[in-house]
Amino acid sequence: MGSVGAKDIPQLLSPEGLRIDGRHLNELRTLSIRAGPLHQADGSAFVEWGANKVMAAVYGPREVHPRHLQQATRAVIQCKYNMAAFSVDERKRPGLDRRSQEISKVIGEAFESVVFVEEFPRTSIDIYIEVLQANAGTRCAGLVAASVALADAGIPMVDLLPAVAVGKIEGQIALDLKKEEDNYGEADLPMALVPQSGRLVLLQMEGHMTPDELARSLDLGVQGCREIYEKMKAALRDRYSTGPTPGGAA
Amino acid sequence: MARDHRSGPRRRGREGSASRPTGDRVLVLPGEEIPGSGLKPGPGTYRVNGKVYASVLGLLSVRPPLASVIPLSGRYLPKPGDVVLGTVTDVQGTFWLLDIAAPRWAPLHMTGTPWNIEVGETEKYLRPGDAVVVQVENLDPTGRIGVTMMGEGLGKLEGGTIVTIAPARVPRVVGRGGSMIQTILRHTGAQISVGQNGRIWVNGNPEAIARVSEVLRMIDAEGQRHGLTERVESFLVASGPSTDQGPNEPGPEGAPRDAPPPLPELADPPREYDPEEPPEND
Repeated sequence: MGSVGAKDIPQLLSPEGLRIDGRHLNELRTLSIRAGPLHQADGSAFVEWGANKVMAAVYGPREVHPRHLQQATRAVIQCKYNMAAFSVDERKRPGLDRRSQEISKVIGEAFESVVFVEEFPRTSIDIYIEVLQANAGTRCAGLVAASVALADAGIPMVDLLPAVAVGKIEGQIALDLKKEEDNYGEADLPMALVPQSGRLVLLQMEGHMTPDELARSLDLGVQGCREIYEKMKAALRDRYSTGPTPGGAA
Repeated sequence: MARDHRSGPRRRGREGSASRPTGDRVLVLPGEEIPGSGLKPGPGTYRVNGKVYASVLGLLSVRPPLASVIPLSGRYLPKPGDVVLGTVTDVQGTFWLLDIAAPRWAPLHMTGTPWNIEVGETEKYLRPGDAVVVQVENLDPTGRIGVTMMGEGLGKLEGGTIVTIAPARVPRVVGRGGSMIQTILRHTGAQISVGQNGRIWVNGNPEAIARVSEVLRMIDAEGQRHGLTERVESFLVASGPSTDQGPNEPGPEGAPRDAPPPLPELADPPREYDPEEPPEND
């Protein structure tokens, strides 16, 4: 693989098939989720995934602002994904940009598919996703955080939404790309799964894949989602468990 | 998963039926299947292809054939008859809008008050920020929450402070047969008005308000865990009586004990520290 331009493309896979952080192709990065860190919000969650740090807060159902956006028969879902200026190496200028708008839209639509909005007419469910540190896969981390936050807020849903990005690096299908793999790889495929039904409610792709690679990526992604699902549930159980209050040792 | 073996008011009410269905009172999450056949989907659940799943995070309650989930979090969902505390957020010519911690604001019409108000005079009676006790009358099909301020114990609140807890915790604040609230009142001498929507009005001397607020915070944070009643009692006793008799005289409840209870290990969530507060004397 020759180098393009002045920068060297790093070698993403070792001869043993290990990735630059030592992971196998089907391994997730370290993922830790905490439910309910923000007491002011109706629901919240903090996700640390690889080097990503994402906070999600949910307010609602509550009155719609601006009023003219309300719907007589259902709640509207307003989702805002934002990256803090300090979340990336090259300072990200604050404010809405096309990418944030796109991600806000696809995440909001993913939740439209699973939230029982008819239960709360003329209200809004406001989801805020704030990326504090970014290292590829932030839309998936944001979706996972928002999903846990929605459950924490008591919003009725079909299921939690685990999400992960699968990619292609040096011709190999890999689970959960990190920054260098995303930047120098050949494809990136974020997806979100409804475990209860096995359906995907988010699926996007950048790059090139053959139909066969796509099928294998979907399988790998769904497997990854199921692992993530367990962690999401564990985080919520931790927050709401009914055991005795932990002593100082906890 | 630890199960709470202390029975609550709900369980006590059931007459000699078979043992509790397995899985009852267990924490469930959205998307989890509720085991059983022929179940009907009650509140907090949904049915797909003959199987019932939880839709909210909460405690499973199976009363065959009905399966429901009691939410452990979420905004207050109004029910007719509930007495709630609200704050005025908007004033119009003939009504006010109240924030009652529900998904929507509740309109209070001027005819729903004991006052005789002319159109346009509404602002003279209630202004944004005022706190009121109202009762939920009805929920119309469009989701409008009808409330009234006419009735015993309803009206504008003056003074005191409002503490907000999760609506799901309100039963814990009242306690079985009122036991918890009685304990709090006994130890502090405060005036307390509990709204079903999780808003609680507390009035009294500043120390009483502080102690009640701390107890409410404890119940809110740990309401579902074991041993809460004991911890609340320990805290109230340790933090000293603050009835109107003053902090140095023993209250009527101080006398009968044979030996003072040991000071509790407050390994639980730390209290807010006020740097100005002088250190406690032993």
